[in-house]
Amino acid sequence: MKKLFILFFIPLLISSAQTEFPILKNYASDFTSTLSNAELYTLNTTLKSFDDSTSNQVVFLMMSSLDGYPLEMYTYEVASRNKIGSAKNNNGVLFFVAKDDKKMRIEVGYGLEGALPDALANSILRNEVRPYFKRGDYYSGVESGLSAIIAATRGEYTNDKKNSDDEDVGFPFMYIILVVIFLILAGRGGRGGRGGGILPWLILSSMGSGRSSRGGWGSGSGGFGGGFGGFSGGGGSFGGGGSSGSW
Amino acid sequence: MKKGWIIALSIIAVIVIIVVAMISWGVGVYNKMVGLNEGVSQAWSQVENQYQRRYDLIPNLVETVKGVADFEKETYTAVTEARAKVGQIRLSADQLSDPQAFQQFQQAQDGLSSALSRLLVVSENYPQLKANENFLQLQAQLEGTENRISVERMKFNQVVQDYNTQIKRFPAAIIAGMTGFSEKQYFKAAAGAEQAPKVQF
Repeated sequence: MKKLFILFFIPLLISSAQTEFPILKNYASDFTSTLSNAELYTLNTTLKSFDDSTSNQVVFLMMSSLDGYPLEMYTYEVASRNKIGSAKNNNGVLFFVAKDDKKMRIEVGYGLEGALPDALANSILRNEVRPYFKRGDYYSGVESGLSAIIAATRGEYTNDKKNSDDEDVGFPFMYIILVVIFLILAGRGGRGGRGGGILPWLILSSMGSGRSSRGGWGSGSGGFGGGFGGFSGGGGSFGGGGSSGSW
Repeated sequence: MKKGWIIALSIIAVIVIIVVAMISWGVGVYNKMVGLNEGVSQAWSQVENQYQRRYDLIPNLVETVKGVADFEKETYTAVTEARAKVGQIRLSADQLSDPQAFQQFQQAQDGLSSALSRLLVVSENYPQLKANENFLQLQAQLEGTENRISVERMKFNQVVQDYNTQIKRFPAAIIAGMTGFSEKQYFKAAAGAEQAPKVQF
């Protein structure tokens, strides 16, 4: 009973603890529930297809507050830890909004500093985003900011990997190996008694969950459980480029 | 007699094996240090790039500010002077082990940072500047550069830390001493860098 009680609270503890740097599972995440699911879905789809066609990873994140953490350090950490952009081109962009702090920043990866220089990032924030945010129209601000970022970075790189094929290449092998392991272990378990029966299931389930998180199915940041491919960083790195603003 | 030979030969064989093992270990350690050293040089050139970028941005900024009537003269002369000082001090990757040269370099750059941030704070009082698109762009570029500088400095400190740990750790320290790898300097947070500059009216 006690155990059950603890199990029940673990998710609550995790969600209430201040995770300093969020792990992004979607192209657009809103931890303030300002944007509707439909709006987030639209943004996600746009950003995902932009990634698919150009390999540029543009990611949007909205949070309520930085709790006094310096904006530039925060966005740098979030962008680098999530490895936005590809390792080869470092072509990631993070558009970050701290709603209650009224602060925002476009963090630009090394490879896009030419296409999206600081002055342009700054003017996007001032001219495309701020007017909407001042009126409280967050979706339009985010949407027009992201389209300006997309417009600026389009054409810088092209996606040479053929649409998400590489993600599926390892897939059948993985399952064949799993099945073999499972059979061996199950066979042993059967001969040796009941004890060995759990292990293969453990392995299977852990493998299974590993895959599903890679696909972004289980992510609940916006309250939707799937329907489009989630975000996963490609190994891009950042050097502090970009611009900050407020409204 | 025969037994003696076998013993002698096996002793020699053991010695040879030990020597070969030591040499290959030494070569491995040395190569690792070369790699780390290369990493430090690379990180340093990134730091230098960003400082250079800032250096290049300043003349435009000063010109723009000068164009505004009654802009505090001492503010932008301070920037120009600090920039001139920075221009005189160059620090190549080979000098990173020299504490004095490094400190001089850092002092000059930090002096320029504070002169610049003072200029930006003062410029807040001039509505003409805040409406001037050219100035706003320069300001954004300068802020971006300052941010890049701090990121590159942080990355530099990280690789230097890896390097220093490697060359000081026993027994690799022996190889480092023999082959002339020496400890490199870190960037230290400038005294008072945390505080915003005060503006007096």
